[in-house]
Amino acid sequence: MSDLRDLYQELILDHNRKPRNFGPLAGANRSARGVNPLCGDKVAVHLHVEDDRVTGVSFEGTGCAISIASASVMTESLKEQSCDHARELFERFHQMVANDDGGNDGAGMGKLAAFAGVRDYPARVKCATLAWHTLRAALDGEDKAVSTE
Amino acid sequence: MRQVKTAECNGPAEAFDVARVREDFPILGESVHGKPLVYLDNAATAQKPRSVIERVAGYYETENSNIHRGVHRLSELATRAYEDARGAVRRFLNAAQDREIVFVRGATEAINLVARCYGGVNLEAGDEVVISAMEHHSNIVPWQLICQEKGAVLRVIPVDDRGDVVMEAYHRLLGPRTRIVALPHVSNALGTVNPIKEMIADAHRAGIPVLIDGAQGAPHAAVDVQDLDCDFYAFSSHKLYGPTGVGVLYGKAGLLEAMPPYQGGGDMILTVSFEATEYNALPYKFEAGTPNIAGVIGLGAAVEYLTGLGIEAVAAHEDRVLAYAVERLTCVPGLRLIGTPARRASLVSFIFGDVHAHDIGTILDQEGIAVRTGHHCAMPVMDRFGVPATVRASFACYNTEAEVDVLAEGLERVRRLFDGV
Ligand SMILES: Cc1ncc(COP(=O)(O)O)c(C=O)c1O
Repeated sequence: MSDLRDLYQELILDHNRKPRNFGPLAGANRSARGVNPLCGDKVAVHLHVEDDRVTGVSFEGTGCAISIASASVMTESLKEQSCDHARELFERFHQMVANDDGGNDGAGMGKLAAFAGVRDYPARVKCATLAWHTLRAALDGEDKAVSTE
Repeated sequence: MRQVKTAECNGPAEAFDVARVREDFPILGESVHGKPLVYLDNAATAQKPRSVIERVAGYYETENSNIHRGVHRLSELATRAYEDARGAVRRFLNAAQDREIVFVRGATEAINLVARCYGGVNLEAGDEVVISAMEHHSNIVPWQLICQEKGAVLRVIPVDDRGDVVMEAYHRLLGPRTRIVALPHVSNALGTVNPIKEMIADAHRAGIPVLIDGAQGAPHAAVDVQDLDCDFYAFSSHKLYGPTGVGVLYGKAGLLEAMPPYQGGGDMILTVSFEATEYNALPYKFEAGTPNIAGVIGLGAAVEYLTGLGIEAVAAHEDRVLAYAVERLTCVPGLRLIGTPARRASLVSFIFGDVHAHDIGTILDQEGIAVRTGHHCAMPVMDRFGVPATVRASFACYNTEAEVDVLAEGLERVRRLFDGV
């Protein structure tokens, strides 16, 4: 079971069971949707950005444990971060799970390091990065205000 | 699968020696993550027996040449092997004539060919194409494309909660504007065996031709296209123990004759000038360019292999394993079968608690078990059953009840990892 525990760490299982910041975001001013056409996973990321800082963030969607937990931990790691820092986190997260540019072991990335095991499961890299790609689209879609209920 | 009128489940169960069959498939000796491979993804593609692998290698080693072109010895050998494969496929489908067998790239291309060449000529604005709610995307999108182009309308036969087509609705959909019906023999997402003989007869009473997507049918049933009276039957070699990149379109000669060519190029012509081109006879009119010669020859070997085992014996064996799988999986707490059709062949689709299919797939993979997880290129089916994805275990001639047990044990491992399900 040890191998699988590297992938399905307790933190990941926990965030999958109880996703944080899940649902619509009142006052969101940037939003994007992402799908993984291969598996049909869907995610929407909502942001409230003020003075180039992420002051509010949430996500909605359906997917596997890796994609839901990744989205959930992502939202936690973004609050009160600058947009530049959020982009930088995207790069480092991607490097860690996709093992590109020599990879990294997630040092200094806090809870996000729990996803380092994904790099041993190439078929699951897209699950872990779907929310992050959607985040980047939301960050880039400046002032694309979404209506909130 | 019981199908057509052929002697069903003939021969005693003991006659099918699955251990010996397994020895014909070199890949079944592989291990995955240190565990023996349990290959239950046959609906995606089946493994290849040694006879197919050796036939393809043998072709390249001793016969490789282009076909229908050279007068030299190798070209003769290759041409004969290629045309022998056509004969083998004709016998396999019990088609009336060799020229009704067109080699294409796969079921997908076969359906595209009919949508384009039959639909392209016969569809006008307001006409209708009838398909079912359990199609693989490859029996949806080609029809959508041609319908869009012609202003025709795609009509969909609904599927009930068990995963069977609603026959009354089907009958209502057959109308004066219906130009063609396209149906799956067996659903790749639910395992449903459709009553195609009856459905073909219904359409024919209204004068409407029928295409059968046999991608999941031909590997598991004796198909007799004359008895079925289908107008077109499509299948892929790679799901029938043959090489990838090859498939078959069976079409009634009269219909194929009346259709324009699919692609232009070499081999599909009789004479070419810059003013006009005279097309070649069937089936060559539809086989433009150098085909997948090795693939076709490999398919011929696959058909011979399957015929050698006896398709009824294979179907009976698969039915036994499948019945055991349904029974065994139904007993797994938290597991829900998606699709409980009146007649099922070759596969089961299920969800397990609220664990996503991909997570299940990854965990089973660690046990050496290959299953398909996802929407199975049948998103409308997933929508119909309100699930984003399923796990699908699909069986072939070499699978065993013991492998079903390994699958069930693997699911217990999923339960442990995800704390109870
Ligand atoms: C029912 C059905 N139709 C069509 C296809 C398409 O077959 P291919 O991809 O070999 O062309 C498949 C393959 O998954 C299938 O299951």
